[in-house]
Amino acid sequence: MNPTPGIYRILPEVILTLTGVAVMVIDASLKPQWSRRPLGWLAAIGTTLALWASLWQLSLPEGTGFFGTVETTTFTVFFHVLICGIVLVALLLALDTLPTASHHQGEFYALVVFGAVGMCLLTSAIELLVVFIALEISSISTYILAGYRKQTGRSPEAAIKYFLLGSFATAFFLYGIALIFGATGSTQVYDIAHLAPTAQNHALVVIALAMLLVGILFKVSAAPFHIWTPDVYEGAPSPVVALLSTGPKAATFALLLRIVYEAFPTLHSLWAPLLWVVAVLSMTIGNLAALRQKNVKRMLAYSSIAHAGYLLAAFAGIGSNGIAAASFYAAAYAAMNVGIFAVITLVSGYDENYPMIDDFRGLVYRAPLLGCVLIFFLISLIGVPFTGGFFGKFYSFSAAVDGGALALAIIGLLNSGLAAAYYLHLAAVAAQRPSEEADRTAAPKPQVGVAVSAALLLSVAATLVLGIVPNGILRAAQSGAHTLQAPAPPMDPGSAAPAVTVESPPKP
Amino acid sequence: MQSFDPIILNLILLIPLAGAVLVAILPDRAKLPNWIALFTALFTFLLTLHLPVNFHLHQPGFQFEINRLWIDNPAISYHVGVDGLSLWLVVLTGLLAPVGVLASWNAIQTRRKVFYSLFLIQQTAMFGVFVSLDLMLYYGFWELSLVPMALLIAMYGRKDGPKAALKFFLFTFIPSAPLLVAILWLYARTGSFDFVTLRILLGHGSFSSRAMFWMALAFLFAFAVKVPVFPLHGWIADTYSEAPVALAMVVAGKLGLYSLLRFHVGFFPLQAQAAAPILIGLAVVGILYGACLALIQRDFWRVIAFAALSHFSLVTLAIYGLTLTGWNGAVYQILSLGIVEGAIFVLLGALENRFATSQIASYGGLAARLPRAAAYFVIASFTMIGLPLLSSFIGEFTILSSTFTQVSRGWGIAAAVSVILSASYMLWLVQRLFYGPESALAGKPAPDLRFGELLAVTPLVVLMLVMGVAPNLWFNSIQTGLHPPVQQSTHTQRPVILGDLAKGGRVEGPGVALHAASATNQITSREVQR
Repeated sequence: MNPTPGIYRILPEVILTLTGVAVMVIDASLKPQWSRRPLGWLAAIGTTLALWASLWQLSLPEGTGFFGTVETTTFTVFFHVLICGIVLVALLLALDTLPTASHHQGEFYALVVFGAVGMCLLTSAIELLVVFIALEISSISTYILAGYRKQTGRSPEAAIKYFLLGSFATAFFLYGIALIFGATGSTQVYDIAHLAPTAQNHALVVIALAMLLVGILFKVSAAPFHIWTPDVYEGAPSPVVALLSTGPKAATFALLLRIVYEAFPTLHSLWAPLLWVVAVLSMTIGNLAALRQKNVKRMLAYSSIAHAGYLLAAFAGIGSNGIAAASFYAAAYAAMNVGIFAVITLVSGYDENYPMIDDFRGLVYRAPLLGCVLIFFLISLIGVPFTGGFFGKFYSFSAAVDGGALALAIIGLLNSGLAAAYYLHLAAVAAQRPSEEADRTAAPKPQVGVAVSAALLLSVAATLVLGIVPNGILRAAQSGAHTLQAPAPPMDPGSAAPAVTVESPPKP
Repeated sequence: MQSFDPIILNLILLIPLAGAVLVAILPDRAKLPNWIALFTALFTFLLTLHLPVNFHLHQPGFQFEINRLWIDNPAISYHVGVDGLSLWLVVLTGLLAPVGVLASWNAIQTRRKVFYSLFLIQQTAMFGVFVSLDLMLYYGFWELSLVPMALLIAMYGRKDGPKAALKFFLFTFIPSAPLLVAILWLYARTGSFDFVTLRILLGHGSFSSRAMFWMALAFLFAFAVKVPVFPLHGWIADTYSEAPVALAMVVAGKLGLYSLLRFHVGFFPLQAQAAAPILIGLAVVGILYGACLALIQRDFWRVIAFAALSHFSLVTLAIYGLTLTGWNGAVYQILSLGIVEGAIFVLLGALENRFATSQIASYGGLAARLPRAAAYFVIASFTMIGLPLLSSFIGEFTILSSTFTQVSRGWGIAAAVSVILSASYMLWLVQRLFYGPESALAGKPAPDLRFGELLAVTPLVVLMLVMGVAPNLWFNSIQTGLHPPVQQSTHTQRPVILGDLAKGGRVEGPGVALHAASATNQITSREVQR
């Protein structure tokens, strides 16, 4: 059998990197007064290609590449496709909403694509240092993107806050890697799984796991590591938040699945209660805080914290059941959240002159179709049947019930009832008839371009498909879950790994 | 016609949905949405009539069944079917749809596309609730039925729509959280969402009594809010006074009562028996409390809301009397109330549409100006009170007599007081609206009922009479869907459940209807003697 060339294992990442570089180079060689929109289309095409490349990876035999640092399995392909889809929608959204006169538009597209490289690599890396690098690639580009409206006060503040807290979190993560290396002598996930149970210093392993979890839970904005979320979401430009609240989160949840189920399955009794507490905290704090918000983006920031909690509920599930539920939830959440931020970008405008809930009054009357799309996404976020949000919650909580965490499921469902209040409030405001005098002061009718329409269409279609015929996606998530649970895939014969000594030490 | 049997329920579920899409796509010009909605609703109603026409009275179990796997893991199937219990509720839903469209014909002037498409989606959801035999599918339709309702209340509320909508949604959405957990827990234990399978499994007693208790409680709680049962009725007055007429007439009662009968009593007979004393007490409190509150309201929508609370509580009393006669009466009374409330809502909506107020004090002496409206309203009020030869009489007296003879004389007597009270508030309402000194409003030029409104009300009034005279047309098929209630001693319980499943739940012979009729006859003759 011919070994699969390592390059095939990271083909989507390579395509994305080339796209990003091309965008940057062309951007620099264009005259300043020329439009940068074609660069956005170029980035979108590159992302689409990367999406196809990940699907093509399914035809490869499952296995690792580059000396056991990355792997391609159904699990990685699932998240690659998800991330590329999110990035594509975010790019289409930015294409129509970035003001034409804004500075460094080319770089914007390049940064988004580079961020995508990091996120994709994050899901396929099985070596913790590569994971760390991927995490940094995706984080750094999002730090910059968060500060993109630098003429306002809020955006740089958001970026600095995100950067400072984010670097702390990655430092924790790195420290965790160092400790686990000290305990087991390896940073490769499969080796850790073998060596951690028999490590001489068990305390070191536990501390390392705790450090890794801190880093990851920060990135997914789960309570109590959620403090940065509302400020960053409020300050960052809306198209960036559309990406920020979905892409890196999906990738980091994939990482969390890999860490807890693949690297530390033996410590289940330790991390399961921990994630139980984090899930309950996240949903409760997120929902309670969201109830009091007046700014739409802050409200959705808290709602995204709550959704992180719902997703974490799936971790109470047993084995592949929980993994599949979490993967499905990530997809459903991404579809509806990227969509709702697209609507918000259109209504509030890039400059966010209309960010408050009251500015949405009468949206259904001003822009009927857009208003209906907003209400549709809100309904999906509530978790009403026949939308993606419903089956996401359904699988997540049924995994929890299956795993015996009945209380978690009840708390989660009560929380989703609570959450309905603020989603519905926004929906009701949007459906309210505007008074005559308010009509004159209200936000103008949003302009919906071709690219944005495509973005909205994609996310509406995805939310509907996930809600009405979830079979296909669920099966993909399940087979991904099985590959994650399976024992270490065979190393490529060509990549004789120097540092890999999988044999566990013989017991005396 | 028989060839439709395998797909008839698909059609009933899909055609309103298709109508909704059509309304949404086509432009809002010259009442086009109204006509599409009306034709869709009428066509769906004709389709629902297919069910009783081709219903086999002697065939056990569910009929017109469709069972296809929808999602393989978890095993959710598209399993629908009707039996005697749901048959007429489907038809009632179908009947009230065109009535609702006609009632909204002039009342809804703005954003008709949104209104009618949501209205038709709501129809699909309600049909879905009645015909689903898969718990997940059922839950899906149950939740789906809340959304268009809440949105329409928010958009078309009279004064404070969004607030009422929020109240309605939270009141009904939050209790469905424990319901979903109970369903998921059942699935985790049994691997099935199927109604028939689950009923057998639950009947075998393979669950601990503690688990059964909590599950039964979760089911009961979700449905009791929707009925509403006494302490959980906080939403009904606001919803009735805010919701558009076409929706207010379907929002309460039948969905919750049907679900109690089908799922709570059907799944958990022993737990229902244990909870029955409490629920009977709450029901009687609800009957009297609702009736007393209805007496003192100043807004006619609120009168009807509390009257509805009182009447639905009577049905709850019948359900938890746990007698077969009572259940027959309960289903019959649900149908009757659906029709009466429909008529009253259309008429009051017509009044509000003409005079732009729902304050009773503003009205008076309208009978001379609006003779047809007054006549219809009086008939509907008589039906609501339960006058003989009208539909509610049969339902109420079946319920009251079964309570009196088979459950408890004390509760029966207490519940019967409601008949006096309902006569008081309804007749007083009639008097204040249509008779007495002419109010300032009576001087306003206002046309009597228009053709469309007559078209909506007349069939309902005719039905009240027919249902009052020939109840066996309905009882014959209703009783095929009801199973004899579980007896007190536990060792007879299993054979009863298994036995009636083997027979498909059919009660042999026409005994029930006869029993009901003779009971009512006795009581009537006693009344006459006095």
